[in-house]
Amino acid sequence: MRSWLPFDLRRRGFLGAGLIAAGGAALSARAALGQASHPTGHGGGATSATTEPLVPAHRVAHGAMITVGDVDDARNGFDPTAMLTDWYIGEISTLPDGRRLRTFEVFVEDKEIEIAPGVMFPAWTYNGRVPGPALRAVEGERLRIVFRNYGSHPHTMHFHGIHSARMDGVPGAGQINPGEEFVYEFDAKPFGCHLYHCHAFPLARHIHKGMYGLFIIDPDPELHPDMADVASSRLIGSAENVRWQEMAMVMNAFDTTFDGENEFYAVNTVAHCFAKKPIRVERHRPVRIYLANVTEFDPINSFHLHANFFDYYNQGTTLTPTLKTVDLITQCQAERGILEFTFADHEPGLYMFHAHQSEFAELGWMGMFDVVEAVS
Amino acid sequence: MNEHLKADRNAVAVTPRKSPRWLPAIWVILPLAVLAAAIWWLIATNPLARFDNGAPPVESLTVERTILDHNGLRLLVRAGGSEPMTIAQVQVDAAYWEFVQEPSGPIARGETAWVSLPFPWVSGEAHLVTFVTNTGATFEHPIPVAVATPSVTSGNLISQAILGAFVGILPVAVGLMFYPALRGAGPATMDFLLAMTVGLLGFLIVDTLEDSLEFASQAAAIFQGQAMVVLAAAASFLILMAVSRRQGSPTGLALATYIALGIGLHNLGEGLAIGAAFAAGAAGLGAFLVIGFTIHNITEGIGIAAPILKVRLPLWTFAALALLAGGPAVVGIWLGSLAYAPQWSALALAIGAGAILQVIFEVGALLVRSRGGANAAISSPPVLAGLAVGVGFMYLTAMLVKI
Repeated sequence: MRSWLPFDLRRRGFLGAGLIAAGGAALSARAALGQASHPTGHGGGATSATTEPLVPAHRVAHGAMITVGDVDDARNGFDPTAMLTDWYIGEISTLPDGRRLRTFEVFVEDKEIEIAPGVMFPAWTYNGRVPGPALRAVEGERLRIVFRNYGSHPHTMHFHGIHSARMDGVPGAGQINPGEEFVYEFDAKPFGCHLYHCHAFPLARHIHKGMYGLFIIDPDPELHPDMADVASSRLIGSAENVRWQEMAMVMNAFDTTFDGENEFYAVNTVAHCFAKKPIRVERHRPVRIYLANVTEFDPINSFHLHANFFDYYNQGTTLTPTLKTVDLITQCQAERGILEFTFADHEPGLYMFHAHQSEFAELGWMGMFDVVEAVS
Repeated sequence: MNEHLKADRNAVAVTPRKSPRWLPAIWVILPLAVLAAAIWWLIATNPLARFDNGAPPVESLTVERTILDHNGLRLLVRAGGSEPMTIAQVQVDAAYWEFVQEPSGPIARGETAWVSLPFPWVSGEAHLVTFVTNTGATFEHPIPVAVATPSVTSGNLISQAILGAFVGILPVAVGLMFYPALRGAGPATMDFLLAMTVGLLGFLIVDTLEDSLEFASQAAAIFQGQAMVVLAAAASFLILMAVSRRQGSPTGLALATYIALGIGLHNLGEGLAIGAAFAAGAAGLGAFLVIGFTIHNITEGIGIAAPILKVRLPLWTFAALALLAGGPAVVGIWLGSLAYAPQWSALALAIGAGAILQVIFEVGALLVRSRGGANAAISSPPVLAGLAVGVGFMYLTAMLVKI
């Protein structure tokens, strides 16, 4: 009867674009894809006869089911792609007893951020970004986090790690008012993929507004002599680590109407960002993802990799996988872990990854790896 | 002063006239100047800055038309925010879809824009469109049952016209066909028939106002639906009264024509409702429902015939009356099925309500005259019986068509 062209799987991308082109032609020349103020580089080309390829890569994969436009990363002050590899390793110094001291500086700032093309969200941020900086230390170091509150509400940094009650970052222990400063100090242990978040009350609001980030403790190879090579591969900057393509991913979501249901889902804040700008991955180098789930209001989130399987280290506190050869893991809120996989045996191309709750995927938590021979 | 007045009568006669001639202009310009100055001061100095508490602007978005076709969805949205609104993203069934807005950019208060999405809707199922603005506010527009919006093709127009004829023209014609049988009616039967007409019109005015207010409640706030309905009904009542009373109270053919007009405007509303139900996919209109409408509307023909029972008329006047009363049902279905904005339907129905009120008034006046007074009329058994039968018949037969 009626033929829904975009769903003809064999040709859906092409025809989907044709449908848009037909729609565009039917409308007047004043019509623009979505808002004229958005850069429309990812799809606008399909509406006019240009020499650009008719179908951008993501349109092949997603058809017309995607947000319209692009986010202004410069205005936000952070770029989801850059955040993948932006580790904050702090300042290193030596304590009188010879131990290594690592110092981080974190401030709180209220900031209006663009979480999807054209949609602004009044966020509370650590260091002006959501998620906050991905702190990275090495097992056994002394850590000092100088925390300053330039925001409008009391805040904390609550680390998932081992520390004293005084350093827990909850009301009464490390919570500071606007304009105040507090220094958290504890040892980096246990090694793994952890996170920190604000623990001021009401908790859900403080987390949902953007106050969270990865807190990664690399294993010290000297402390794990029987698996020193594995530990070394996770130690940032080591010879064994360099060949790995490591990425920081935080699964988050935003409830723009404050009704307890999320309107946008993403990895690293911006809906559909990795669907429109696929992550370049070199085929021969293994991939390691430090993944955490901080999605508020939904009990779990998930990560599914297309056309491939991975090993999973739940919370990253072991050097052997806790799950071997899976293509889907689920994480409760604040659950996190390390994914390791390779595309060495694959042909180059676009490989999707997304939450396997379809709703989350269709509301923005959708991305692609662009597997190439070599990143130029 | 007096001397001067005597000295030059002409000059004096002019002077008092001359000054009031431009003086009133000052009293028009001055208040407007004060208003302009106040607005300038408000904008220039912004004394209300204190009230700017950082709250986001108030936003309001109303979907006026929903078109479903083989290209997907097209929605006509009207903005009603305190500031121009920007639609940033659009979801359908909790998934983001590319959309084209025309004209693009922010939508000013009271302005409209078309939003088109290449969404593959599923016939007979429900969908939910959610607009997300740049502030993150959301506006939901449910599509309870997705069916293709009827398009203007000759085939569609003809089948809709046939339906309209069954619902509007046929029953009025059938009612008018009782005319020969009723011609010999005595005064009591006449009063009964006129009272029955008042009764059925009483039912229709309630029905029309109800529909009108329902459409009004779906319209954008800027139209102030309820006030618009009441004012339009009052205006239509007064205008028709003024027109009909130019040569005294209408009787005979004139009165029958006004009744036909009022009933016609009501049938326009009935057609709009049927057409809108088609467009919304809300009604699979079965034969049972159509027959219900036909029976429901038969008394309308008898009502039109009542004032002309004692007049000799050419046959074509009956055809004209039937068309005037029933034809608008056809037009209503045509317009309604194109899913026009609710405020226009509300306005049409409100005008109809005013027209019905006018004929209730006139038929009532005729009854009072023929009975020699209001008290006599209201206490007469044929009148009371007629009112009861008119309202009762309409109410009971409406049960056939209310779902």
